[in-house]
Amino acid sequence: MEISTTRRGFIKGLIAVGTLLALPATLLAAMVRPKVAFDSKAIDASLKSLFGDASIEASDKINLKVPEIAENGAVVPITITTDIEGVESISVIIDKNPTPLSANFNLTDAVAAEVSTRVKMGQSSPVRALVKAKGKVYFTTKEVKVTIGGCGG
Amino acid sequence: MEDKSVKIRGKVKDGVAKVKVLISHPMETGTRRHVDSGELIPAKYIENVVFSHNGKEVLTAFWGTSVSKNPYSAFKIKSAAAGDKVGVRWSDNTGASGAKEIALK
Repeated sequence: MEISTTRRGFIKGLIAVGTLLALPATLLAAMVRPKVAFDSKAIDASLKSLFGDASIEASDKINLKVPEIAENGAVVPITITTDIEGVESISVIIDKNPTPLSANFNLTDAVAAEVSTRVKMGQSSPVRALVKAKGKVYFTTKEVKVTIGGCGG
Repeated sequence: MEDKSVKIRGKVKDGVAKVKVLISHPMETGTRRHVDSGELIPAKYIENVVFSHNGKEVLTAFWGTSVSKNPYSAFKIKSAAAGDKVGVRWSDNTGASGAKEIALK
């Protein structure tokens, strides 16, 4: 196994080793919030912090359900489902929000690859759904038009 | 656990549980200003949410400031039965937290 220098990679490594030794899955509880990814105002920096150097490619196997027009930017419903096997995480990035990364869901085998949430959007923007599976990252994008922004109050 | 900050609804159909969760929380970004005084309203938002099934953590969510006020989440547990316990535990950037567990219907 390649030795990873990122914390996330390190924890993943721990989990992999733990599985080999049949240790309990409680190691998952050691998951750490990717603070840099959430604080970052630049999408590239968020992606780098979340996924390291993993390749990111467009996929038609992700179903991103968002309204075409959101009358109220304060509450934009989002549902993401995917047919991709072995999903580890599902993340939502709103390109034009001040801090683009909105949510990062980390899945176990016990849950289906389907999550719903509601987000705030300051203005019309592309919304990206990113799915990490087996070390690769896939994404799909949809444009959401916002008539009243949800960040100014 | 009687925690009014969390509402959970969970229903089992064909062995799959659909779980819906509402947390009452302001999800304040820290960039908004008070209407009258013009002062910045301090950030207060949920950072971590852990969803569990019969005590085992099955889904961990990390949120930023752009998740809506009174956040709604929904997910599915692949293999569940009526009576199974589903729990939610959250914590925000100010150290506040909440938790609740219910039995699936």
